Amino acid sequence: MSTYTGNRGLDINEPLLFEIGNLERTGVEIPEIEDFENALGGLERSGPIGTPGLSEPETMRHFTRLSRKNFAIDMGIFPLGSCTMKHNPRLNEKMARIPGLSDIHPLQPFSTVQGSLGVMKELADWLTGLTGMPAVALSPKAGANGELCGLMAIRAALEDTGNAREFVLIPESAHGTNPATAALCGYKVKSIPVNDKGRVDLDAFLRELDEMGETIAAIMLTNPNTCGLFESDIIKIADAVHNIGAYFYCDGANFNAIVGKIRPGDLGIDAMHINLHKTFSTPHGGGGPGSGPVVFSEALAPFVPVPYLVADGEKLSLKEALDGTDKAFGRLTAFHGQMGMYIRALSYIMSHGEDGLRQVAEDAVLNANYILEHLKDVMTPSFDGPCMHEALFDDRFLKGTGVETLDFAKAMIDEGFHPMTMYFPLVVHGAILIEPTETESKRTLDQFIAALRDLAKAAREGDVERFTKAPHLAPMKRLDETAAARNPVLRWRES
Amino acid sequence: MRYLPLTDRDRKEMLKSINAAGINDLYRDVPKEAWLNEPIGLPNHASELQVERHFQKLADQNQAAFSGPFFVGAGAYRHHVPASVDHLIQRGEFLTSYTPYQPEISQGTLQYLFEFQTQVALLTGMDVANASLYDGSTGCAEAILMAQRVTRRRQAILSGNLHGQYRDVAETVTQFTDEKMDKLEPCPENPEQDYERILRHLNKDTSCVVVQNPDVFGHIRDLTPLAEAVHEKGALLVVVVTEAVSFGALKSPGEMGADIVVGEGQSIGGGLNFGGPYLGLFATRDQFVRQMPGRLCGETVDEQGTRGYVLTLSTREQHIRREKATSNICTNSGLTALAFTIHMTLLGEKGIRALAMLNHKKACELRDTLKGIPSIEVLNKAFFNEISVKLPIPAAAVVERLAEIGILGGVPASRIFPGVDNVGNILILAATELNEESDFKALGKGLKEVLK
Repeated sequence: MSTYTGNRGLDINEPLLFEIGNLERTGVEIPEIEDFENALGGLERSGPIGTPGLSEPETMRHFTRLSRKNFAIDMGIFPLGSCTMKHNPRLNEKMARIPGLSDIHPLQPFSTVQGSLGVMKELADWLTGLTGMPAVALSPKAGANGELCGLMAIRAALEDTGNAREFVLIPESAHGTNPATAALCGYKVKSIPVNDKGRVDLDAFLRELDEMGETIAAIMLTNPNTCGLFESDIIKIADAVHNIGAYFYCDGANFNAIVGKIRPGDLGIDAMHINLHKTFSTPHGGGGPGSGPVVFSEALAPFVPVPYLVADGEKLSLKEALDGTDKAFGRLTAFHGQMGMYIRALSYIMSHGEDGLRQVAEDAVLNANYILEHLKDVMTPSFDGPCMHEALFDDRFLKGTGVETLDFAKAMIDEGFHPMTMYFPLVVHGAILIEPTETESKRTLDQFIAALRDLAKAAREGDVERFTKAPHLAPMKRLDETAAARNPVLRWRES
Repeated sequence: MRYLPLTDRDRKEMLKSINAAGINDLYRDVPKEAWLNEPIGLPNHASELQVERHFQKLADQNQAAFSGPFFVGAGAYRHHVPASVDHLIQRGEFLTSYTPYQPEISQGTLQYLFEFQTQVALLTGMDVANASLYDGSTGCAEAILMAQRVTRRRQAILSGNLHGQYRDVAETVTQFTDEKMDKLEPCPENPEQDYERILRHLNKDTSCVVVQNPDVFGHIRDLTPLAEAVHEKGALLVVVVTEAVSFGALKSPGEMGADIVVGEGQSIGGGLNFGGPYLGLFATRDQFVRQMPGRLCGETVDEQGTRGYVLTLSTREQHIRREKATSNICTNSGLTALAFTIHMTLLGEKGIRALAMLNHKKACELRDTLKGIPSIEVLNKAFFNEISVKLPIPAAAVVERLAEIGILGGVPASRIFPGVDNVGNILILAATELNEESDFKALGKGLKEVLK
């Protein structure tokens, strides 16, 4: 049925702020000031800025209504593969808001911020302990920024020996950030051969190393990889890479599968970023802010960027200057990185402890395998054997049904689930990558599995409309992305 | 384990149902030599109460901004944030969602990003803004790379009065590209000199000129003539603004001829948080949209013709273009962008203007306080909410002494320009709406004592 307002019960339409606010209204009270002689040097802003305001009740309502148009982990399983959408404990939020930790300026004298530096020190100790790697750069802002940090350290180390080399080897299954980062470091990208088991083809890889030899600066490998599999030859790969004087960068996006059980340092990795917003549960917040500290091997430790922690007995400070007294490759951000995320991550890590983190990894892997096993007769897993923390399927089970991966994903929305990652990794056709994480209960998994089995059956039985017109029940129908890109409207304008 | 729903019974049942002998059976692809045979030796799990006590103990070791008179700025500013902002951003639907890959169930995030982009474009006086970057400093480096793509030239001139750490970031991020940084010397005492040097260095190979306004020493200037000179040479003008509240009082960078505006948005909706997470604002002119880094949200319609929003122009981005992308950025600053948008909504036109003028008035009071101290020279003629002074002795020592008597009295310029000769005695101080008359009095008294 249609309604007079267009609203549908709890689903209430909300216009843009610019259509309901105006230039006179405000939700704050700023003390009035008497006239005074200003020192703006004639640079006063004239004419209206054009940013409308709302009163506080209107503001609350506007954003509350908007919030209700979002799916979120708090509402249900959010199985985006490679994103590790796990529960975000609210204790972490509370800790980050302790005034004695949040109301601290990054440029206060070190003598006044010993507690904040203590947080950084404790987090650094945990990250190096859990990874078995001796050094860490905390400052990278997110995973991609961490990749940049790792690869720059590698380039700096190579330049230190007089030869920066030319190529970075990256598998086609990698996150797009990997090649983009390599390009920013002035490297050409060459792809790593992958075998039919979803892993690096060791023989072909060794041949390639042989041929290219010292033109190779580094390899970038995700482990567990983006197919959700552990790279079983990883130690041999690392040895071969080191034999030609190259370095091994590991994309640590999937650290959640092995935290507390396997240390990247024991695998021969030289640098790895850790997405605190994945493994250590700092909130994804609708797309950030993230945080991407990088751990380093002994060989790369001298090249970590500033700022880094320096301890003089009990007294902590930061080395901030690029003064040529060390081999630091530079500075990646103003100030010291995502402090608010360090606190949240440390709170999460302490809550779990080493024993709990090991359980995190095991439950994440168990949950993913539970899904894989209970769907493999109706969907098509891309590879044999158990997976790590995420289960990868392709679209063979949809062949001839008239339903594509995208349609299947949209139909999941009608069932009350957030869809999985789709069409990534690029190495399997119509990829469906499901990462449940350890914070889903067996009950949720059973319901999820039952729903997906029902959908697979419906597709097979020709109920195509259930898919191609999906979502039927979301706040919006499918949106026209082509039109959005062809004629970009990127802001509101007064008509 | 309070965050793990599986019980031991669940685990057993689940393992049995998938025919696994035990959990380690699922890890069988891991090489045997990588197995940890005993615990690493890190602490085991802790209760909420234990964790809370631990962090409170750490917090007690800090001298927080609220603990006394506070004048620290230089790229991060202490402002009042209305209570509703923090409440709203903690709604689970915002806090625990992710990048809006599925627009049908992400319209909340997408609509506020569209509103954010519009607010940033209006404040900066530009045509379009993206959905945020990490922070101002990384945004500045992105702007330089973008100017290179637009002009196909390779030399960026960095004003001497651009924040020292921003300069370091720009140099680091571009160090392995073809782009060369022409870093000018800081001119704390005479911003006109910086301006003249830029004009002297400007040439046909210049891709962009990067200036900060208000600059790191608090000076403000009309950039219009500079923009004209830069455009005459076919280069772009990148304007960096680290104090977003200044948009409410000062002629916008767009009005003065900026081609790219990079901002640190922390001042609106964000706290100090010891340096992060902050918020990168990034705006430009329509003609350069396809060279922009970062995510963009655009308007469209759904199958029934209802207006809605999607992420768009993603062919610029790494997940599609891989090594040919405009940037390697993926995650941005969604939640701090939301805080910015909510705070800006509460402020509105009226509030942002009043807040900005109040900040300026406080800075005038700060100037008057400092002028009353004979051995101090105030360096600014025109400023917004931050000023620099020249002290008779090194500023770093003065700041330490002030901290000992409970005053957080600004940033020594040597902290952000380490190793630069002419800044040792320069102290940068900011004032905001949070400063009261008693703060100024205490600062004046403290400085007199320290400089005695």
